[in-house]
Amino acid sequence: MKKSQKIGGSVANYVDERTGAAKWVKKNLNKVFPDHWSFMLGEICLYSFIILLLSGTFLTFWFDPSQRDVVYNGAYAPLSGVSMSAAYASTLHISFDVRGGLLMRQIHHWAALIFMVAIVVHLFRVFFTGAFRKPREFNWLIGIGLLTFGIVEGFLGYSLPDDLLSGTGIRIAEAILQAIPVVGSYLAFFAFGGPFPGTAFIPRIYMVHILLLPGLFLALITIHLMLVWYQKHTQYPGPGRTEKNVVGYPLMPVYMAKAGGFFFIVFGVTAFLGAVASINPIWLYGPYTPGQISAGSQPDWYMGWLDGLVRMSPPLETHAFGHTISWNILLPGLILPGILFTGMALYPFIESWISGDKREHHLLDRPRNAPNRTALGAMSIAFMIISLANGGNDVIATHFHLTINGIMWFTRFGLFIVPPIVFLITKRICLSLQRADRDLVLHGRETGRLVMMPNGEMIEVHEQISDAKKWTLTQHQSADALPAPLPESAKLGIKGKLRARMNQANAVQVPAATVTEFKELGEGHH
Amino acid sequence: MSNQIERFEDPGLPEHIHRNADADPLAEKRAEKQVAILFLLSALGTVLTIASYIFMKSDQYVYFPVMGSTNVQQLFIGLGLTLATLCIGLGAIQWAKKLMPDQEVIAERHEFRSEEVDREELVATFHDRAGQAGIGRRPLIKRTLGLAVGLVGLSPLVLLRDTGPLPGKFFETTNWAAGTRLVLDPAGTPIKPEDLEVGAVAQVLPELPAGTPRTLENIGKDAVLLIRLRPEDFNLDPERLSWTYQGIIAFSKICTHMGCAVALYEQQTHHLLCPCHQSTFDVTRAAKVIFGPAARPLPQLALMVNADGYLTAKQPFSVPVGPSFWERNSANG
Ligand code: HEM
Ligand code: FES
Repeated sequence: MKKSQKIGGSVANYVDERTGAAKWVKKNLNKVFPDHWSFMLGEICLYSFIILLLSGTFLTFWFDPSQRDVVYNGAYAPLSGVSMSAAYASTLHISFDVRGGLLMRQIHHWAALIFMVAIVVHLFRVFFTGAFRKPREFNWLIGIGLLTFGIVEGFLGYSLPDDLLSGTGIRIAEAILQAIPVVGSYLAFFAFGGPFPGTAFIPRIYMVHILLLPGLFLALITIHLMLVWYQKHTQYPGPGRTEKNVVGYPLMPVYMAKAGGFFFIVFGVTAFLGAVASINPIWLYGPYTPGQISAGSQPDWYMGWLDGLVRMSPPLETHAFGHTISWNILLPGLILPGILFTGMALYPFIESWISGDKREHHLLDRPRNAPNRTALGAMSIAFMIISLANGGNDVIATHFHLTINGIMWFTRFGLFIVPPIVFLITKRICLSLQRADRDLVLHGRETGRLVMMPNGEMIEVHEQISDAKKWTLTQHQSADALPAPLPESAKLGIKGKLRARMNQANAVQVPAATVTEFKELGEGHH
Repeated sequence: MSNQIERFEDPGLPEHIHRNADADPLAEKRAEKQVAILFLLSALGTVLTIASYIFMKSDQYVYFPVMGSTNVQQLFIGLGLTLATLCIGLGAIQWAKKLMPDQEVIAERHEFRSEEVDREELVATFHDRAGQAGIGRRPLIKRTLGLAVGLVGLSPLVLLRDTGPLPGKFFETTNWAAGTRLVLDPAGTPIKPEDLEVGAVAQVLPELPAGTPRTLENIGKDAVLLIRLRPEDFNLDPERLSWTYQGIIAFSKICTHMGCAVALYEQQTHHLLCPCHQSTFDVTRAAKVIFGPAARPLPQLALMVNADGYLTAKQPFSVPVGPSFWERNSANG
């Protein structure tokens, strides 16, 4: 035995004698992980979170979370002698005096953007493939939690440097607090330790940014992954893949190497962005003061849709009985996002209520085979894009020579008109894709080769597709997967009728091709 | 049913196709070499990072197209780190793809639902144990426990009370009073009407008693924009017109929407624009909102000139400045 093996063996022995871990580890080295590019999205979330932990910890060594007044005299000459907060001065210090400091700041910020993109795209993957269905509803909820806290964490992060841009963001957050009926002014004073901006806010959000929320992320991510581990990963349908099995690569060595390798690739890409792509150049904005502002104030993209909603809000306020209620802030800033996120969180339960489907699902849906769900997802994306576009209306206006006025009216109406249209179109597309699948199974693939029939007619030669492909395209309607639609009966209450109506709409499907039909067609040809 | 529909059947896992490197020892050697080279490149990347850290100057900037002026040391530390991490990743993936077994394996799944007996036993045990505690039989304990647990969460909430003072009249007041002189921000010098040409804009603050520091909290409420128009451009009611002085008009600079600084003035249209959400205010009509989400005009500050000829506030703001809040009485704007 080699020496390294001997050492490894005795360490393993030591641990096992105290924990009995050998059995569990042995079993799990064979744990099977299905392989698909879309399963890497969740990994990107995890890896960018680790990068955030590492780069963030580096930043804490120099960052001074204080709004105490200091006079800057560091390496960045244009701000020399300017009075500013210690937070801003220390961020300048990290950027100009600490070797690799700017790099780490940029890595941290890019990792935050990647983290948020990956969460959102991962969420869409889970949504469109129906991976949230029983038994994975808990993980859906945890995911919504991570998304929500991620938005907050990112906002707090770019508020920390206390530059003119981030101070403006904090000012807006304060106005949202202030707008909450009855208790708003009190909440604002408690959060800021007195009047805005005060000296308490940055130290407080610093604690939340580096301890409270990362701790929460760590806990949520751990539960998320433990559930994935325990429930086993879903898989895409295909030959040999059933609801009762999982097909893929074993944890050791293939999955370990791939996942571990992928971590370093995500790190490498983030490091590259941090090295070459400037982000949040706070020295150009100057220190925060409430009397000034930089033109084109833009939040990070994951806040942009909120900003867009706020921008398009009509100027509504209620003035009555000596009180003021700002609907122009509450509606787009709190009420609408609240409704959207609640709806998103409840979606798995709503869908299973409508369909009456209480079975476990481990095979993913191809999005076309769930037309309503896919259409709903596309509709939400349309909603997001329209609000995000209005969040950048000033930038879009200057780039494309449009008026801000025009963009705002377009998005105000578009927000209500475009998503339903997108819904209808997407549903249509799904159904015609289903039809195309059906044709493909029954008639095979077009080869582009023409042959002349004895009667002089030209026809194109079709080539049969493989049995594997035929199965993949029809498996979703294998005999045991067809829930009967609910009848719409007069005895049902309003809720029951609504459910029956939606259930029927949901059941609209193009029937998948069957062998019976295939044979009949074949006979017709002869 | 007599004519049962026959569906397609699962043909099962397709046969495994071998890779080059599985059969051909040369291809295997080649793959091995590729992986090793990637790992070596990574090591080189680390050397690059360390060397840049130690030997490069930290204040050297080079202009690159697209990237703009770039700190060379930061760039090379970053590129080294990129190489170091990326190549470990690529090497590991290459290793997994080319050299590790690529045959997919199958594992069984099991339903998560526990066996019926276990579920029943659990329910029975649970009821039994609950019975032992007697929670059903002892309503007094149940209710008092409910009360205690319900209340215990209150103390941390109460303890948060000291996170800040009460707002009092803070949101309703500013440092502007009758006779307060306007001073330029940031110079701090008082101004006379003649200092301001037609079309000019200035940011001003209230002059504070000597020794009172100018805090950001105050600027956040006190900031005022002075704009000089030709008097005939105004379209104001007599009272508001009397608040102007020879075409000079003053508004709170704090947006009535969410408090950003309303900083953009368009000379031709006499519009003030807030860059945050583009609320636009018409200066000639007492900062009436003509676009965007703001619901109220910017409060106007009444101006006059004092005995020494300096611009001065005639009276405090007639309404609270800045964004709305619950206690704000907006009956008068
Ligand atoms: C999901 C997690 C996180 C997100 C989305 C996030 C996001 C951000 C963002 C966008 C910034 C502004 C960076 C800039 O442009 O200057 C920031 C700053 C900062 N973050 Fe994080 N962060 C996360 C986790 C962490 C963790 C775990 C730590 C520390 C343990 C940390 C420490 C810091 C520090 C010290 C700063 C201020 C320094 C600076 O701005 O240069 N962050 N964060
Ligand atoms: S803060 Fe001025 S428009 Fe929103």
